[in-house]
Amino acid sequence: MSGGLGLESLVDQQISVITNDGRNIVGVLKGFDQATNIILDESHERVYSTKEGVQQHVLGLYIIRGDNISVVGEIDEELDAGLDFSALRAHPLKPVIH
Amino acid sequence: MLFFSYFKDLVGREVTVELKNDLAIRGTLHSVDQYLNIKLENTRVVDQDKYPHMLSVRNCFIRGSVVRYVQLPPDGVDVDLLHDATRREARGG
Repeated sequence: MSGGLGLESLVDQQISVITNDGRNIVGVLKGFDQATNIILDESHERVYSTKEGVQQHVLGLYIIRGDNISVVGEIDEELDAGLDFSALRAHPLKPVIH
Repeated sequence: MLFFSYFKDLVGREVTVELKNDLAIRGTLHSVDQYLNIKLENTRVVDQDKYPHMLSVRNCFIRGSVVRYVQLPPDGVDVDLLHDATRREARGG
């Protein structure tokens, strides 16, 4: 990840956002600001559970308020393509408690 | 500004960032900004079996507001220096 500040280096890339309520939203970063508000295009939510594999729900164009963002990860497309989501079992992430 | 400067000196070092959702992410400190947002490179989640949610992420941005702890390399902190600097800042100097 090049560049110092902010999310400039991730624009137009596939990113994975973990929100404060424990959701995982994946999409293409289209914009952001100083408050980490984020515009995500072609986004979908990955829902983790212990009962079945990861479910993907299509969301489309999303704006996520910075207040509600924990982590923004750059997705390595090769690694991502190699994952078998139907076999992944996990508890959903816990919400952030401030 | 003290801890901002302090973290800037740690750039390039290996740290573990524990978040307020109990997730702990280890990686090389790439940069930090005025909000103490942290960018890590070559990241891995500490308990990957329990938290497979970031398996395809190698670089990430962590919002400063969700950081609970940053675990530092033992030689990354000069306690006496930090001690003096925090006191100086508390006095308003």
